Amino acid sequence: MTKRTKIAPHELVTLQKSPTGIPGFDEISGGGLPKGRTTIVCGGPGCGKTMFGIEFLVRGAMEFNEPGVLMAFEETPEDMASNVASLGFDIQDLADKKKLYLDYVYVEPSEIQETGDYDLEGLFIRLQNAVDTIGAKRVMFDTVEALFSGFSNPSVLRAEFRRLFRWLKDRKLTTVVTAERGDGTLTRQGLEEYVSDCVILLDHRIKDQISARRLRIVKYRGTKHGADEYPFLIDEHGMSILPLTSLQLQHKVSNERQPTGVADLDEMLEGKGYFRGSSILLSGTAGSGKSTLAASFANATCQSGERCLYISFEESRDQVERNMKSVGIDLEHWSKKGLLFHEAWRPTQYGIEMHLLRIHKLIEKIKPQSVVVDPISNLISSSSDKEVNSMIMRLIDFLKASGITAVFVTLTSGGDDLEQTTVGISSLTDTWILMRDIELNGERNRCLYVLKSRGMAHSNQLREFIISDEGLKLVPAYVGPEGVLTGSARLAQEAKEKADARTRQQEIERKQKEIDRKRVALKAQIASLQGEFEAVEQAAELVVREEQEREEQLKVDRQNMAKSRNADE
Amino acid sequence: MKFLEKVPVKSKTNAKAASPLESPPGKIIDLRLYIAGQTPRSQAAISNLKRICAEHMEEQYRVEVIDLVKNPALARDHQILAIPTLVRSLPVPIRKIIGDLSDTERVVVGLDIRGTKRRAKAARG
Repeated sequence: MTKRTKIAPHELVTLQKSPTGIPGFDEISGGGLPKGRTTIVCGGPGCGKTMFGIEFLVRGAMEFNEPGVLMAFEETPEDMASNVASLGFDIQDLADKKKLYLDYVYVEPSEIQETGDYDLEGLFIRLQNAVDTIGAKRVMFDTVEALFSGFSNPSVLRAEFRRLFRWLKDRKLTTVVTAERGDGTLTRQGLEEYVSDCVILLDHRIKDQISARRLRIVKYRGTKHGADEYPFLIDEHGMSILPLTSLQLQHKVSNERQPTGVADLDEMLEGKGYFRGSSILLSGTAGSGKSTLAASFANATCQSGERCLYISFEESRDQVERNMKSVGIDLEHWSKKGLLFHEAWRPTQYGIEMHLLRIHKLIEKIKPQSVVVDPISNLISSSSDKEVNSMIMRLIDFLKASGITAVFVTLTSGGDDLEQTTVGISSLTDTWILMRDIELNGERNRCLYVLKSRGMAHSNQLREFIISDEGLKLVPAYVGPEGVLTGSARLAQEAKEKADARTRQQEIERKQKEIDRKRVALKAQIASLQGEFEAVEQAAELVVREEQEREEQLKVDRQNMAKSRNADE
Repeated sequence: MKFLEKVPVKSKTNAKAASPLESPPGKIIDLRLYIAGQTPRSQAAISNLKRICAEHMEEQYRVEVIDLVKNPALARDHQILAIPTLVRSLPVPIRKIIGDLSDTERVVVGLDIRGTKRRAKAARG
């Protein structure tokens, strides 16, 4: 057997990519669009196709030093410049600097009469000229299908399209072609037949009157890519895509603790507070003090010199600041110091993904150590439960992966089971603090307890939560045979207990005094008896002595008498 | 703009009227034929145009042939996509005729020169 010749190791040539610079897109596509190839971006009207293409060109010219050619079939360069100016792109300036070449291709079917054979060599000449003028690396056609309305001979057009895409590939131009979505097909004119390297589908759907934009990479030949539908947003900084790729349970955990902002609550959590990077759920009924507790956490974060992002969906920034000031939490000065970033917007403003995308963007920008979302339950009003669940899971995952401590406030409506959050996110969170109102004797009082807190020996006590103008305080609620007593009932019970104690004390004192008195009385009695006894004794002794003396006398008298009579002796 | 080929202005009336400046507006027809290199299709378009002009145009007209391979920037400036394209820039409105001009009838309709010969005869008579 002959020795096998060793195959020379050759380098595997992986597909090269052109970064788009669109936040999130390069992550899900593994680096951008296929370099030197053509990508179709398709979707319905108003889905952001043009936006995607322009951003690809503009960012290419600005960030990656790859000049681009824009062949616009639908809008004049002036219109387009003003359209994207609101997104901070000055395409006219880029054109002046020869980083961008704008060519508006005017197609007006009513002005065109066809008489015999023709081709679209004019388009190729224009393109060649444009590419040569600025040394373009990127090209965008928007929307090339407009040609189908201008020319009536589809076989000529199809041949020309095939030639065009080959032409672009031969010149290694990274191209984006936008196309209108057709019925049952990706593009109305079936362009995907000619270009099969990469197809991106954009979608703009309206659900319950709220718009949601999604992006999906339908096809990307020769590369691994995210296959999900990714929500994206078009705002004042252009397009951004939420890369939901981090759905893995691999985040690192921290043993560091962070104060909750309420010393008594810290005490309930082993005296140290929340774990850093954990997610905390504050749930409760309306008016149970959830926001106040969340705000005091934000306050504590800022006090330790860390940044906090506070997102409120219910109250405006001013309102939150005023309300919190009334309980001694000054959020305003943290905002001024640049530690607190307060963002407020309506939950109905966008769909759930848009909210999350916006939160994502804010977190990327601010890089806070803590995030407060007040309340997360309001997001449900903009979507279905299932969507909210998966989105919140993604958000929690992202926050955990970034090591950010997050406090989510959620409202439990009256009829619901208190220990079951509407969106069912409780299992995702590490610490769950439940707050409830206890109604008794014509008043409602706030109560708080730690339902769970992973990784620590937390208190199992129910505490009464007192909000005063000096801040928050927790006091042990009275638990007796009549149930849990709070508020004035608790105070009354405490007073009663105090009075009882006092009564008992007085009783003891009284008894003590009585004993003392008795002792004194008995002692006096003993003394008087002693006296009596002594008197009797003395008297007895006297009688005895008198008797003895008389006996003596009698004896003496008898002797004397005998002496005097000289009685016989 | 370079005149690569010029079909001489034809006029049966006096020489003065041949000048576009002096003639009343709408009387002169300004044509431009865009080609890309000397392809068979371009050649066909040129010869077809010559024939149509000779057969159907009684009015004063000018024809200019522009080769975009030599002047690529003009393709953008003049909004040319299809090759060959014949543009009637005067009189307004602008009309564009694409193709090798083999369909004479459509060219005549497209340029709106139908009956010019007859009208011209009637004017002379």
